[in-house]
Amino acid sequence: MIAFGRVLAPLAVGLLLLAIWEIAVRAAAVPPYILPGPMLIAQTLWTDGPSLFGALLVTLRVTIAALAAAALLGGGLALLFSLSRLLELSLFPYAVILQVTPIVAIAPLIIIWVQQPFLALLACAWIVAFFPIVSNTTLGLNSADRNLLALFRLYGASRRQTLLYLRIPTALPYFLAGLRISGGLALIGAVVAEFVAGTGGAETGLAFRILEAGYRLAIPRLFAALFLLSATGIAIYLGLDLLSRHLLRHWHESAVTDEEE
Amino acid sequence: MMPASAARGRGDPVVSLHDIGKRFGSGIEALERVDLAIAAGEFLSLIGPSGCGKSTLLRIIAGLSAPSRGICRVAPASRGAAGPIGFVFQDPTLMPWSTVFGNVLLPFRLARRVDANAHERVHAAIAAVGLDGFEGAYPRQLSGGMRMRVSLARALVTDPELLLLDEPFAALDEITRLALNDDLMRLWQRYRPTVVFVTHSVFESVFLSTRIAVMTPRPGRIVADLPIALPQPRRRELRTAPAYAAYCDDVSATLAAAMATEAG
Repeated sequence: MIAFGRVLAPLAVGLLLLAIWEIAVRAAAVPPYILPGPMLIAQTLWTDGPSLFGALLVTLRVTIAALAAAALLGGGLALLFSLSRLLELSLFPYAVILQVTPIVAIAPLIIIWVQQPFLALLACAWIVAFFPIVSNTTLGLNSADRNLLALFRLYGASRRQTLLYLRIPTALPYFLAGLRISGGLALIGAVVAEFVAGTGGAETGLAFRILEAGYRLAIPRLFAALFLLSATGIAIYLGLDLLSRHLLRHWHESAVTDEEE
Repeated sequence: MMPASAARGRGDPVVSLHDIGKRFGSGIEALERVDLAIAAGEFLSLIGPSGCGKSTLLRIIAGLSAPSRGICRVAPASRGAAGPIGFVFQDPTLMPWSTVFGNVLLPFRLARRVDANAHERVHAAIAAVGLDGFEGAYPRQLSGGMRMRVSLARALVTDPELLLLDEPFAALDEITRLALNDDLMRLWQRYRPTVVFVTHSVFESVFLSTRIAVMTPRPGRIVADLPIALPQPRRRELRTAPAYAAYCDDVSATLAAAMATEAG
């Protein structure tokens, strides 16, 4: 019953909202270049699908590469921090600076500095995505149970063993939580960078298609592209959530299924 | 700081403390002039009011904390080389991501001695605490009492010369606590470690111990050292024996006196 409601209830709400939207647009005779109805958007998605899908793949490639780089470098940096408190103290403020600087403001610079468009977009998306992973993983690596740390000392564990058997497993849920936040941020970063780089880019991603559609008042196409973008964001989130649940299924409260309770 | 291990002659104490004092960075004087010698095979309880430094003393014996003054000598023989000292905390302190088997195997893994013999001993220890069949279970699937049994199995699996327990059953309900007291007696008979047991329960300490050291409130000092000459092995029936009640009276009175001297 709960599982039934979990899928069906939001679906029903969604369909209802779409129906109200469609009826309102038709009843008030809103022109499609102001607000297209869902039916028209779906139709545009169908006809323009192949070209939009190609653009989506470009954006997706940047997003996934940026997320992977953020996971590797973010996780790696957090590991370095856990090995040296001095390193953490000296570098962490700069990670914060990188995080609080609006990407829109520095994207043009990055695009000037990095000649290769794919790498420039990747760098922008990475800057947005990596901080939650560094900060969460650092917190996790420092959250090992004090008594377990004492026990490891008592049994003469090396630093490497303590890291491997205690600190890293403790940090895993924190890292995964960071990864889930970064998944959405990487997509946003990729889109924002493309908005800025847009006209200069050799390959066109979904963001450029949105800009283009806006200039041409092809609003249904703009909505279709937006729909694809949201669907991608949701898919990334669900994928990472599934990964997290799978990795933590045996022990972490966040991944406990109802029947085990 | 690791406990100094040295060759120990027959009859030498396993633990000897001379004039131990501990002052924390915050200026709190936790321990003062503690002298104590614990012989092999003894079951010694440290009893005293909360905050009297008994846990601190236990951590000093374990080598997890350095005394501010005095000498602590711990001389375990070589018999459980993978982990000469077992330690049980008030919380089970298990790794939640690891199975029962993985948790009990930990001392061998940290000593890089995971072999067939280690596996055999892990199985034996898990069976000894009555958890056979639960090797593959994760801590969150177990009850509080079962988790504490896993913790006991982990502490005993290396067959340690010295077993240190820091109020291990304080967080458990009465029924589980009594059952674990019986189990601890059985395990002590089987593995025969020297035990230092920190508790604030008079009844528990009299039931378990061969000797009880009574401590004053902060700064903790040992004011009485009482041998408990009750018959071995200790069984449930002992709890209703007159001799047991007499010892409980005696220890309670000593404890009350210890607390009064300091308060006055």
